[in-house]
Amino acid sequence: MVIAIGFEGSANKIGVGVIKDGTVLSNPRRTYITPPGQGFMPSDTAKHHQQHVLEILSLALEQANVTPDDIDVVCFTKGPGMGAPLVSVAIVARTVAQLWKKPLIGVNHCIGHIEMGRQVTGSKNPTVLYVSGGNTQVIAYSEKKYRIFGETIDIAVGNCLDRFARVLKLSNDPSPGYNIEQMAKRGKKYLELPYTVKGMDVSFSGLLSFIEDRAIELIESGKYTPEDLCFSLQETVFAMLTEITERAMAHTGSDEVLIVGGVGCNERLQEMMKIMAEERGATVFSTDDRYCIDNGAMIAQAGMEMFKSGQITKWEDTFCTQRYRTDEVDVTWRS
Amino acid sequence: MDDYRSEVDCSSLLKQGAEAKIYTGVYLGKLCIIKERFPKKYRHPALELSLSQQRTKSEVRSMLRCRTQGIQTPAVFFVNTEENKIYMEYVNDSVTVRDYIIQVQSSSDDAASSLLKPLAYKIGEKLGKMHNKNIIHGDLTTSNMLLRKPVENLDIVLIDFGLSYINSTNEDKGVDLYVLERAFLSTHPNTESLFSVLLDGYQNGYRNGVGDVVRKLNEVRLRGRKRTMVG
Ligand SMILES: Nc1ncnc2c1ncn2[C@@H]1O[C@H](COP(=O)(O)OP(=O)(O)OP(=O)(O)O)[C@@H](O)[C@H]1O
Ligand SMILES: [Mg+2]
Repeated sequence: MVIAIGFEGSANKIGVGVIKDGTVLSNPRRTYITPPGQGFMPSDTAKHHQQHVLEILSLALEQANVTPDDIDVVCFTKGPGMGAPLVSVAIVARTVAQLWKKPLIGVNHCIGHIEMGRQVTGSKNPTVLYVSGGNTQVIAYSEKKYRIFGETIDIAVGNCLDRFARVLKLSNDPSPGYNIEQMAKRGKKYLELPYTVKGMDVSFSGLLSFIEDRAIELIESGKYTPEDLCFSLQETVFAMLTEITERAMAHTGSDEVLIVGGVGCNERLQEMMKIMAEERGATVFSTDDRYCIDNGAMIAQAGMEMFKSGQITKWEDTFCTQRYRTDEVDVTWRS
Repeated sequence: MDDYRSEVDCSSLLKQGAEAKIYTGVYLGKLCIIKERFPKKYRHPALELSLSQQRTKSEVRSMLRCRTQGIQTPAVFFVNTEENKIYMEYVNDSVTVRDYIIQVQSSSDDAASSLLKPLAYKIGEKLGKMHNKNIIHGDLTTSNMLLRKPVENLDIVLIDFGLSYINSTNEDKGVDLYVLERAFLSTHPNTESLFSVLLDGYQNGYRNGVGDVVRKLNEVRLRGRKRTMVG
C-alpha cells in the first residue's frame, strides 16, 4: 500500500491531492481568476499560490484523513509550466519532504495528466489527446516513452480559445474556455475559418489572427453573433484535433482514445471524438473537470507510479524546469 | 456522364485509412486503386464539403506535378469530383516503408538492416527533389511511402497527397521535414541516425540552396523545444 501526496501549481491552479493506491482520498484546488480581457501573469499567479498553498495542504490532509506519518512519498510538478508559480509550490513540497523525512519525486505535468486519465478511466493503452492552455499533443506509448506523434507547431488550442475569449471580453470564471463552450451552444451560423493540419501536427496561429482581425467587424455589422463565432471557432479547432487523433490512431493501429487536459472537459470535443471513434470501432475515454483540469491528485498518481517502479528524484535534481517535454521521461512503470 | 462506371469492374475494400477508403478495382482493363474520401460525420457539413473537395483536388494536382518532374507517384486514371474518388494505378507487390522498417527491425537479418541506410538516403533524395520543385507533401510519414518489390531496388512511390500544396518558401519546406522527422522518430524508436542519413540524401536531392531549408528545419525544431508549456 502506497500513500502519495501531490503538489501542482504550474499554471493558474494550485492543488494538493492525496492518493492511496490509485484511489483519490482528497483533491482540493483553487484557481487564480483574472478580470475579463486579461490573462494571468507569472508573478501574480505565484503570489496567489503562495497565499493558498498551506491552506490547501491542510485541507488535503484533513479531507483524506491522513497524517504526515501515513504518507510514503511527496510529489510535485517539476515542469513544464510558468517558472514563478512552479517554484512557489515546489518550495513547499521540498520543505514538507524534509520535515516529514519522506522521499521526493519531481513529476512531469503532462505525464500526470496521462496517468490520472488512465487510472480514472481504466483505459489500457490509449492514444492520448492532451489539450490544455499550454499544450496540444497526440501521444502514444511505446518502448518506455510516451512518444509525441503530433502536436501544435505554434500555439496551444487552449491558448487560442482563451485569446479569443479575451477579444469578446468573456469572463475568466471558471475559465474562458468554459464560457466559449456555453456561447457556442447557442451559435448557429458557421463561418469558414483557416483549417491547418500538417500530417499529425496542427497550427492555430493563422486561424486566431484571422478571427481576431475580423471578429469585431463581423459582430458590429450584424453578420455574425458572438455566439456564431464561438461556434465556428470550436467546430474548426476541434475538427482539426479529432482529425490528427484519428491519423495517429490509423498510424499506430490503436483502438482507444483518451482525452486529457483542461480543454478535454469540452463536451463538443468529446462528442466529435466519440463519433470518430465509433466509425472506427474504437472507444473514447474522457474525464470530467475534477481530473481534466490541473489538480494535485494527478501529480500524486504519476509520482506513485514512478516511486513504485523505483524512481526517486535526487535532491540536487528537484529544481523546476519551464520546458520539460513529455518524451523526456523514462516510463519505468509500464511494460 | 456516368459512363465511367461501366469502365470499372468489381471493386473491393483493400484498406481503410484515416480519411479515405481504398478499394481495388479494374479501370479500362488495368488493375487500379479507388481512393474515396468519405464524409466525416464529426465535422460541420460545410467544412466537410470544402475539405474533401479541396483535398481531392490537391491530391490529383500534386501527383501529376510530381510525375512530370520525374518523382514517382501512382498514375492517375480518372477523378470523380462529385464523389471525391480518385482512380489510380495500383502499386501492387509493394510494402509501406513503415511496415518494412518495422519488419526489418524486429528480425535479426543483417542483410536486411544493412539496406535501411541506403533506403533512408534514397527517400531523402526523393523528398529533396520534390521540395526543389516546390511541392510540399503536407503529410510525410513512412505510411505514405510505398516500396516496390523486390525491395533491394529501393524503388519508392510517394502517395497520399491530400494535404499537399505548392509553395517555394523555406519555412514550409522546413515544416514539412519537421513533420516527417517527428512522425519517423515516434513510429520508429531509436532511429535518429537513420533519419540523419535521410537528411543527407535530402541535401543531395535538393542541391542548390538546401542550406537555407536545413537552417529552417533547425529553427522549427528549436521553436518546439523552446515553447514553454503552461497548463
Ligand atoms: N496506389 C496504391 N497502390 C497500392 N497501395 C496503395 C495505393 N494507395 C494507397 N495504398 C494503400 O492504402 C493505404 C492508405 O492510403 P492513403 O494513405 O492514400 O489513404 P489515407 O486514408 O489518406 O491514409 P491515412 O490518412 O491513414 O494516411 C496506404 O498506406 C497503402 O497501404
Ligand atoms: Mg496515408
